[in-house]
Amino acid sequence: MTATVDAPERLVGKAIKRREDPRLITGAGSFLDDVRLPGMAHAAVLRSPYAHARIRGIDVSRALAMPGVLGVFTGEDVKDDINPLPCAWQAGKVQNNVNTPRVLALEKVMQVGDPVAVVVAESRYQAEDALDAIEVDYEELPVVVDAKKATEPGAPQLHDNAPNNVVMEWSCGKDAATVDQALADADVRVSQHIVNQRLIASAMEPRGSIGRYDPGTGEYTLWATSQAPHVHRLLLGAFILGVPEQTIRVIAPNVGGGFGSKIFMYFDMPLVLWLSKKLGRPVKFFEDRTENYLHTAQGRDHITDVEVGATKDGKITALKVKTWANLGGYLSTVAPGIPTTLYGRMVAGCYKIPNIHVDVTGVYTNTAMVDAYRGAGRPEAAYLIERVCDLVAGATGLDPAEIRRRNFIQPGDFPYDTGIGMLPYDSGDYERALNHALDLVGYQDLRAEQDKRRQNGSDKLLGVGMSSYVEVCGIAPSKWIGLPGEGWGAGLWESANVRVHLTGKVVVTTGSLPHGQGHETTFAQLTADQLGVPYDDIEVKHSDTLGTPFGFGSYGSRSLAVGGTAIYKSVEKVKEKAKLLAAHMLEAAPEDIVYENGKAFVKGSPEQGKTIQDLALAAHVGYDLPEGMEPTLEATTFYDPPNCTFPFGTHVCVVEVDRNTGEVDVLRYLAVDDVGNVINPMIVDGQLHGGIAQGLAQALYEGAVYNDIGELVTGTMNEYAIPKADMVPNYELDRTVTPTPVNPMGAKGAGEAGTIAATPAVVNAVVDAVTHLGIRHLDMPLTPERVWRSLQGASA
Amino acid sequence: MFPTQFDYHRPGSVQEAISLLQANPDAKILAGGHSLLPAMKLRLASPAALVDLGGIDGLRSISTNGGVTIGAMTTYAQLRDSNELASRLPIVSETANNVGDPQVQNKGTLGGALAHADPAADFTAVMLALGASVKAVGPNGERTIAADDLFVDLLTTALAADEVLTEVSVPAGQGKVGMAYEKFRHPASGYAVVGVAVVVPVDGQGNAASPRIAVTGATSKATRATAAEQGLNGKPLTDQNIAAAAAAAANGLDLNGDHFASAEFRGHLIEVFTKRALERAAAQVK
Repeated sequence: MTATVDAPERLVGKAIKRREDPRLITGAGSFLDDVRLPGMAHAAVLRSPYAHARIRGIDVSRALAMPGVLGVFTGEDVKDDINPLPCAWQAGKVQNNVNTPRVLALEKVMQVGDPVAVVVAESRYQAEDALDAIEVDYEELPVVVDAKKATEPGAPQLHDNAPNNVVMEWSCGKDAATVDQALADADVRVSQHIVNQRLIASAMEPRGSIGRYDPGTGEYTLWATSQAPHVHRLLLGAFILGVPEQTIRVIAPNVGGGFGSKIFMYFDMPLVLWLSKKLGRPVKFFEDRTENYLHTAQGRDHITDVEVGATKDGKITALKVKTWANLGGYLSTVAPGIPTTLYGRMVAGCYKIPNIHVDVTGVYTNTAMVDAYRGAGRPEAAYLIERVCDLVAGATGLDPAEIRRRNFIQPGDFPYDTGIGMLPYDSGDYERALNHALDLVGYQDLRAEQDKRRQNGSDKLLGVGMSSYVEVCGIAPSKWIGLPGEGWGAGLWESANVRVHLTGKVVVTTGSLPHGQGHETTFAQLTADQLGVPYDDIEVKHSDTLGTPFGFGSYGSRSLAVGGTAIYKSVEKVKEKAKLLAAHMLEAAPEDIVYENGKAFVKGSPEQGKTIQDLALAAHVGYDLPEGMEPTLEATTFYDPPNCTFPFGTHVCVVEVDRNTGEVDVLRYLAVDDVGNVINPMIVDGQLHGGIAQGLAQALYEGAVYNDIGELVTGTMNEYAIPKADMVPNYELDRTVTPTPVNPMGAKGAGEAGTIAATPAVVNAVVDAVTHLGIRHLDMPLTPERVWRSLQGASA
Repeated sequence: MFPTQFDYHRPGSVQEAISLLQANPDAKILAGGHSLLPAMKLRLASPAALVDLGGIDGLRSISTNGGVTIGAMTTYAQLRDSNELASRLPIVSETANNVGDPQVQNKGTLGGALAHADPAADFTAVMLALGASVKAVGPNGERTIAADDLFVDLLTTALAADEVLTEVSVPAGQGKVGMAYEKFRHPASGYAVVGVAVVVPVDGQGNAASPRIAVTGATSKATRATAAEQGLNGKPLTDQNIAAAAAAAANGLDLNGDHFASAEFRGHLIEVFTKRALERAAAQVK
């Protein structure tokens, strides 16, 4: 054994390849549909073909007689045993008109795809065949799919307790009259109608669940495509099934993407548990892509009227926002919180705006439920304020970059309170990121090239768009998010247990969990450095309520900032105990012991120290411990941070618009992001790549379309355009680093930044390409026809 | 995404396939399966039986004897990778590379595409423009159907239920022929929102001699743009003549529209893509 403590290579900041990838990319992972239990039966769900209808009767007799059918159940059969799904985030005083879905519809259906009956059979094929034999007598009702129209007089009424289909009327900021006055006093005033269209989450793996009831122990086990197994267990036990929470175990196998859509409680989760108990067999339900598109929660869908006032030199003085947020036929698990706390309170973006008023009307319509989707409220806010900056640029004749510079919150202003109810922004240098991005992209040269093409009358119009975004990550502080009437009446802390086994191997268990992010790698890097143990000696466990402490799950870019900090603090506790034990073993005073690189020693004498492995052995065998010390070496932390984190940056997009066809070609995409300190730069880059692809796709390709009778026209991947590799550009990425003071790692979070920044950058670029023709705004997706039509009008 | 129950047959000969089709009136022929199987999974099609042509020898071939004859089960990948086609009928290799994605190209077949007659398929228009014909073999022997007569309506062809499309023949061209397929690709499906195939023979003076122009994606079935053909016939391939032909290409067509592209926009795209295709074809015969 060497007598000195070698400083091991630090892993934080290194682009280590993801340890989970060999399993996931060779097909060795176990996803929900890979789980096959002995005796497992299969469920198929009959779904409403109508967007709004009364159920007059259901006849299941023919289906019951079909081959292989074990049972057929309707809403009437389950209504006494399974409560409606809860809405956990009732922001904006919605308590008097909450309408959440039942697992199977009772009396009425509210959207195409609403579950009406379930068949359980020996095989999925037999179950599907039996669906065709169920007869449902529907009385069709009038349909409304547009959020604004749903609030107008004479619109079809979905729920008795929600007049005019209003879920909530929510506002934030200064009172409307003050902001109206500021608008009236402004040199320059612009108003714009802006639609942020509905998106379908399109995770690579759809959703599903498997229920198993053990009649011997009375225990339920649920395997589910879940971003939040502990939360699902709590909701299932205490709210939906009314069984003791501790009799339920929830396991999320490998989860193939979620983008938020797997945070929520869905009908099939309690239903498969109930079915398993009823039939004495494990029961699997796994939605197909059609069901996923129809019925799994969707994102965005805002209609907004915005008014902005500015001085003639581009200083924004007033912002007034009125948004209709389409929440679908019922409220999903956290739906009301998204267009309120996470949207309304973020509309200031990176800017100091003295007068802001925001009104948000949440609305029921005959469409799929809308809830958090990658970015969740923040993309809508960033899109709005970044379009507004370009509108102000157009109205004042100033460069869009200059508008941003003149309104930025400055580095000396932090912590900065925007005055609209968001927690104070933690840290930032917005102008540095903007200037760096513009330098890298060669902004002045691009403007010169743009001018040249405009003068030549080129058919290929050049556009340069930017977005300087700020977003809120590490969503947690329980005192803030839990505030009843505003938050969700529960905490959002996170947990971690760090255990050094007798052998010196380390197991980290976390209440957060991956659905593609790479927790196992990042958390092991962090632990290896902090504890001074080899990376390969660390295992990260997650995703099973049995064996992990309660945690709130992964969403809102919170796993590292909140869950990672819980690990960090657990490691610190382990080190403190290790030092006490070392002091005992070395017969030294505890205050003389230091811990470095996996070894505890008397200051100045590292060669006499005890390694963490020695200490773990001593702690476990336990025959020679200091007075009062308990055996083993482990610690658990439940961490509730003092604030969120606020990543930021500037993205720049360069496009070419074909005048003849309206096609948009993205020539370049450059991003300068500041996510604070970075644990694994490759994982951060990967998050940005995927995020930008999603944000760019909203700008150019994606959009859920319902027709007037509530049918989802874009109901298949043949119609709904998620981007393929050849539809996205090469990404040019760079970073600035402004550590957050909120957590000891200085890390802010990176899961949603790309999605938030990209959409406005791309739209701003396209509008920039045609702005000299008098076009001020175009709604998404910027399909060729939409762009072409605007050019027809402009050149007429 | 779960089809109804069906029987599966894999005959070893065309005659056996015909007998199976006669014995199973609700049967469908399975070629590459990239249109039929998704339709079955969505229960939009529920055939009682599938007759898979994959086990029949001799249906995967490309032969040249003046013209070109292609076996019905030849995949897009084979068409794409054929050196013979690249030099003799570049429009075919080019289009094969423009269908779907590599996975579709590996499984999808030329005969399947023509017999399915999807209104937005690529090869329907290309074969119309090439003046191709297909061989159909049925209980009463074989017959030849010109591409012009093959496509009857939406997903409907002149083939009888017990006939098997076995091969596609393209006649030999005379003299110099320019040809090109230009496609406005749907961002989700990869199908043609509008596709325009042009085959333009030129005479000794460089004038278009009976040019053939066909449009897909915009109508219920792939259709010849006769107004454009007539406008160009006998004329030199000048920018002006090309522009005039392109402007006439949508004339007389009953255009369809959807949420992604209206009939009006498709009409406009037909003009733009006819122009692009003719310009490329003209450059080949300069």
